[in-house]
Amino acid sequence: MSERATPDGYLDAASSEALHPAARRMLLSAMDQGYADPRRLHGAGRSSRLLLDNAREATADALGVRPDEVTFTGSGTEAVHRGLLGLHRGRARQGRTLLVSAVEHSAVFHASRWTGDPVETVPVDELGRVEVAALADLAASADPPPSVIAVQAANHEVGTVQPLAEVAAALDGRSDAPLFVDACAAAGRAPLPHGWAAAAASAHKWGGPAGVGVLLVRKGSRWRQPFPDDDRLDPRATGFANVPGVLASAAALQAVVAERDEVDARQRALIDRVRATVAATVPDVEVVGDPVDRLPHLVTFSCLYVDGEALVTELDRRGFGIASGSACTASTLAPSHVLEAMGVLTHGNVRLSLSRDTSEDEIDRFLAALPEVVAELRSRVGL
Amino acid sequence: MTPEATTVALELDCRGMACPRPVIELAKAIGGVPVGSLLAVLADDVAARTDIPAWCRMRGQEYAGEEAAADGTPRHLVRRLS
Repeated sequence: MSERATPDGYLDAASSEALHPAARRMLLSAMDQGYADPRRLHGAGRSSRLLLDNAREATADALGVRPDEVTFTGSGTEAVHRGLLGLHRGRARQGRTLLVSAVEHSAVFHASRWTGDPVETVPVDELGRVEVAALADLAASADPPPSVIAVQAANHEVGTVQPLAEVAAALDGRSDAPLFVDACAAAGRAPLPHGWAAAAASAHKWGGPAGVGVLLVRKGSRWRQPFPDDDRLDPRATGFANVPGVLASAAALQAVVAERDEVDARQRALIDRVRATVAATVPDVEVVGDPVDRLPHLVTFSCLYVDGEALVTELDRRGFGIASGSACTASTLAPSHVLEAMGVLTHGNVRLSLSRDTSEDEIDRFLAALPEVVAELRSRVGL
Repeated sequence: MTPEATTVALELDCRGMACPRPVIELAKAIGGVPVGSLLAVLADDVAARTDIPAWCRMRGQEYAGEEAAADGTPRHLVRRLS
């Protein structure tokens, strides 16, 4: 790792990871070549088409899917919308209820409610893991029957990996509604789970550029365009192809998958250290999410009596950039629906997430600073 | 049942307070009620519904449920165990 992409102290890769050096190199070179319309038959158009096809093949290969299952979108959110709503529309004759785990990304909830059809929420346990038996019962009993079932690959706030193999086994024989898997938090960091009819991923979460999402639709799944058609090469896509962006995204994904085992082991050990040290050195703290069956790079904990916004500001002043799901840090002024569904403390919340080049030294400095910051904020409120 | 098992020894009015203030007020007040008795927290902050039960779990106290005050504000009951 000679090239350091991430600034020192940036511990928010789960919101967005700095551009991977492989993506940066590809983006700069593709800017000059991928400008033409890939539908045109002239030389520049054919060249753009070739680059787009290369990006699709590289992405499919890195994710372990077929190239014709890959659609590039303008964002992870757009991939979520198209994946979920396309399955919902494809099942309009058999079902209408959208069955959604309580800890899905808000994009899944917003898209579900947007349909105007019934939305049922599936509970999770205190680790944030979807209750498989409750899911199967709801799938069998929902009236009208489910059109689509949405369960993420892994949770974006607490890192818990969802038991998708168990979900598929429990649904077998009880519901044939298709499964939509939001893999935005997990893609690139862990192999895709099986069993989905459609899935979504987001390039800036693995070190690709922002403005690139990946929609996967499994061959043979019944998916119908939920939005206006746009006469592109890929009938599931709309808008002019972002050829440099998807190439850079594919380059980052290939690089991330190639270095995954090494990065995973290093990040897992660092997060284990954060979990143990925070619990030992900060009084009245709750470290949440599955300690083992989790994404490699992120951890969430909450500190009693501490205002989340003050915590973010104080840590930023000391050079650490972290995210918080506490109400006072959210635009909605409501606490994180993920923490709420798990029944864990929502205030004083910190989500720390590692980039591929986060160093041990940064984590040690963070762990050294945290108890003092928390104690100082508590003393301000007389505790 | 002893009388203190069902009567509220102290009620905290935390209406209008944003998180984490209601939990801070609860932590400051709990030592002032006898062990075994109930303390009530009136709080319209939406986070209180999750955070007061979480506080009870973390601090070894008992969350005794939620009811509605006369004006409809959620009223959270906490029993001091230690």
